[in-house]
Order: sequence, then C-alpha cells, then structure tokens
Amino acid sequence: MARIIVVTSGKGGVGKTTTSAAIAMGLALKGFKTAVIDFDVGLRNLDLIMGCERRVVYDFINVINGEATLNQALIKDKRCDKLYILPASQTRDKDALTKDGVEKVLTELKRDFEYILCDSPAGIERGANFAMYFADDAFVVTNPEVASVRDSDRMLGILASKSQRAETGQEPIKEFLLLSRYSPSRVKDGGMLSVDDVKEILSLPLLGVIPESKSVLEASNAGVPVILDEKSNAGAAYKDIVDRYLGEEVPHRFIKVKRGLFSGLFRSK
Amino acid sequence: MPIDTQDLLVTESVLEFKSRAINVSTLILFSPQLDDIQEKLQQKIAQAPDFFRNSPLLINLAYLLTHSQSIDITKLILLLRELEFLPIGVQGGSKSQHQIAIAAGVPVHTMPVKKITQPDSVQKPVIKKIEVKLITQPVRSGQRIYAQGDLIILAQVSAGAEVMAEGNIHIYASLRGRALAGVQGDISRRIFCADLQAELVSIAGNYRLNDSLDNSLSKQNVQVFLQDQALIIEAL
Ligand SMILES: Nc1ncnc2c1ncn2[C@@H]1O[C@H](COP(=O)(O)OP(=O)(O)OP(=O)(O)O)[C@@H](O)[C@H]1O
Ligand SMILES: [Mg+2]
Repeated sequence: MARIIVVTSGKGGVGKTTTSAAIAMGLALKGFKTAVIDFDVGLRNLDLIMGCERRVVYDFINVINGEATLNQALIKDKRCDKLYILPASQTRDKDALTKDGVEKVLTELKRDFEYILCDSPAGIERGANFAMYFADDAFVVTNPEVASVRDSDRMLGILASKSQRAETGQEPIKEFLLLSRYSPSRVKDGGMLSVDDVKEILSLPLLGVIPESKSVLEASNAGVPVILDEKSNAGAAYKDIVDRYLGEEVPHRFIKVKRGLFSGLFRSK
Repeated sequence: MPIDTQDLLVTESVLEFKSRAINVSTLILFSPQLDDIQEKLQQKIAQAPDFFRNSPLLINLAYLLTHSQSIDITKLILLLRELEFLPIGVQGGSKSQHQIAIAAGVPVHTMPVKKITQPDSVQKPVIKKIEVKLITQPVRSGQRIYAQGDLIILAQVSAGAEVMAEGNIHIYASLRGRALAGVQGDISRRIFCADLQAELVSIAGNYRLNDSLDNSLSKQNVQVFLQDQALIIEAL
C-alpha cells in the first residue's frame, strides 16, 4: 500500500524542499519506488534541487488539466531508477490546483509507487492545504526559532482538522518533527531554541535533527540531493531520518556542541 | 480535530423556559422569482461569506401576499438551506403557505413572540443536561474551542490557541494559550491546569495577562478563581 507523505511547515524557507529531495532520494535508494511532487506552483524549486530542471517538459498542472499523461510528466532520476519527480508549473498560479485534480493524480500514483512525497509550499493557504489534504504521514519541518515553531503548531492544527483523514473520521495523519538548520552552539549561547524546547512546545515525536550545514547550499547549487553527499552532516542526518522512518532505532546525532578549544575549527562542513 | 463530546447527566432541580428576544435578519421578498432571489442572495454572500454562513433567517412573505404573488415555499426553503442559511421562521404569508413551511420544518411567526411564563406551582424534579466537552488532542495555535458547559482537555493548549467555556475549564497538560471560563458571566467558575504558562486567563471577564502571571507556578497544578472580584491564582 502506497503511503503519502507531506513535507510541510507553515513558515517559508525552513528546508521543506531540501528535505523532500533528500528523503525521496533516501527512500528510493532503499529500494522503494518513490515519487516526489512539487506543490509550489508558480515557483518551481524541487527540480532545481534535484538537478533535473532542463528535463522538464510537462508538469503537475498539465497532468491535472489532462494536457499530458502522468507518464509523460514524471521525470526519472538519473542517479536512481526508483525515483521520479513530478515538477510544478512555473507559468501558472496556485489557482490551477484543484482538489479533484490532486486526488486524481495521487490515486494514479498510488497504483505504481510505494512512497509519494508532497513538497508543500509555505503558508497555510490553498497550495499548502492541497499538499497535506490526502496525506497519511506529515513531516513537519521546523527551525529552532519561535516564529517557525508557532507556524508549525498552526500547521499541525490544520493537519488535525482539515485533512481528508480528519474530515472522514479515519485514523489521524501521523505527525513527525524534523528540526532543521540546528546549531548546538547557538542554542548554547541562547540564540536558538533547544531540541527539548521544540519537542515540548509541539509535543511531537522527533524524527531527526538536521544540522545547519554549508553543504546544503552547495548540494542544491549542484542539483544533488544532500543525502548523496557522503561527507555532509546534513546528508548523514537525512540518512538517519530515513532509517528511523522505516522503523530502525538510530540514536539522535548533531544535537550537542562538539568539544574543542575553538568551536570555529569544528564548524560543520 | 477529533473532539469527543460526552454528555454527563446531572440531576438538578428544575428545567426552565426563558423568553428571550433575539436579533434575527428578516428576508423580505419583493419578487416570487426563485432565480432572481438566488442570484441576489449569492451576490450578498460573495460580499461577506462568513457573515451569512449558517445565519438564522426569518422569511417575510407579507409583500408577496398583499400583491397576490404566489411563491413555491418548499423550493424557497430548499434554496435558502442550499445557500447555507438557516431559515427559522416565516411570517406574513397565507395560511396554506404557513402550512407548507411547517411541513418543511420552519415554524410560523405571526406576531412578536409572547413571553412564556413559568408555571410556578409545579416543582417536579427534572433532569438538567449539562454538557461536558472532552478534548483529547492538542489544541493548536489558531484553533478555538467553545463549550457550553465544562471543558476538559487532556492535551496541551498551544500558544495562539483559545479555549472558552461557560462552565469550568480543566487542562491536564500545559496551558500556553488563552483560557476563559464562565464566559457568560458566571463568577463561580474556575480554571484548573497542570502547567500554567498561559497568555491569558479569565473568569467571567476578569482576566490576567501573561506578564502578570507568577512564573513559579508553572509545572504544577494550579487553580484560577474569583474572590471579591479579584482573580486568584494558586497552587493546588
Ligand atoms: N540544514 C541546512 N543548513 C543550511 N542551510 C539550509 C539547510 N536546510 C535548508 N537550507 C537553506 O535554506 C534555504 C531554504 O531551503 P528550502 O528551499 O529547502 O526551504 P523551503 O522550506 O522549501 O522554502 P519555501 O518555503 O520557500 O518552499 C535554502 O537556501 C537552503 O539551502
Ligand atoms: Mg520549497
């Protein structure tokens, strides 16, 4: 049975697309046939981070409008043949999405795929609502700061009340916390909320902490999901997250300040 | 949000009828054409959808009656319900129109409502139903819960969330949002909570904001109540 995962946050720029790309690649590398959909209609980011922007011919909206088949629009990843990307349209706006259209595409994908990731746009409006409406699981990406935590809390309220599962009285969406851009030294000097603070405020199970890392930007500039960067802490964190999601017990990393005389020397790559 | 509502039956003295004047919009019809009515209403709704959704409505047929214009009452009521109005009465129509309305579940308001006086001699014990609302999931930022009786919450109330009850409020987790008990003015109501970090607490309109809350009271059981019009917050 296919599972639909929404990667969501409320607040913008917290790392949803980075996370969607990394986890989709991680699941595909584990052998699961995985599709990742860009719901950020009008902006189109995912294909850049996945490094397939020049191969986009048809997009999500074309499929919804019946202008292309799903097979025509899905882009097969060059590095992993289990991974497919459904890009967003750059030329339409969010109104081009409809609930029926989204449902149609997801239903078709569910026949063929084991995991379907929905990369949500920022905000709590239309686009974000469509991305989460049909989800089974939610990865709530949060940065360790008050505004981001507050927006995630709002999003959690919406997941619990406005999703298909909520509206039809099914078992609620499973929610997981992904704390991204975490920097233990900044927590120590009081500039950031700690893992425990965020866990307590949101009362959510922690799927993983992704450290702040320069490798994320480098990877996205190169069009490579950061999980493929062997030397990156963030990549390793995403690998752990995939393992934990699949049921393995993996201890949490990257949440303590590294020991050393000069913390500057130990800044993560 | 999954909300479990559970009714507790509490035996108390008597049932009572109170007569109250309520403000209701009256829809006065000048045309029997359902298409025209629908179009005009949709325009109104488009201007203020939230204002009209589920709003009660009294249908006034007097103009049509005096101009001998007949209108399909059943279809009119259906139309109004489809547009998410709640027709709660008709007035000024013919006898047969009123009968049709009653058949469709809409009562007739011929005159201003008369005061219903309470028979004071009979003192039969009856069962008064007090509704207790039970919430088992976190109340998240942006969410709002209202209970007509008591409100019991087993999970946290986040900052930016608001819980209100005409009765008491019990929260068996952290309260970081706003909690207002006795919102209809009952000063005897209380708030109980296992970890008070609220943005605001209020009993019958007497409120206290976060900056004037005692931080030493967090992470323990507290109650909030009114004494001589002063809001008291104390550990249990
Ligand atoms: N762990 C990290 N360390 C450092 N930078 C990061 C990390 N995660 C994300 N970023 C950077 O943050 C920015 C936003 O990331 P991303 O596009 O994934 O966020 P988003 O939530 O999808 O944004 P939007 O809401 O606009 O869709 C990017 O520049 C990305 O490189
Ligand atoms: Mg994005």
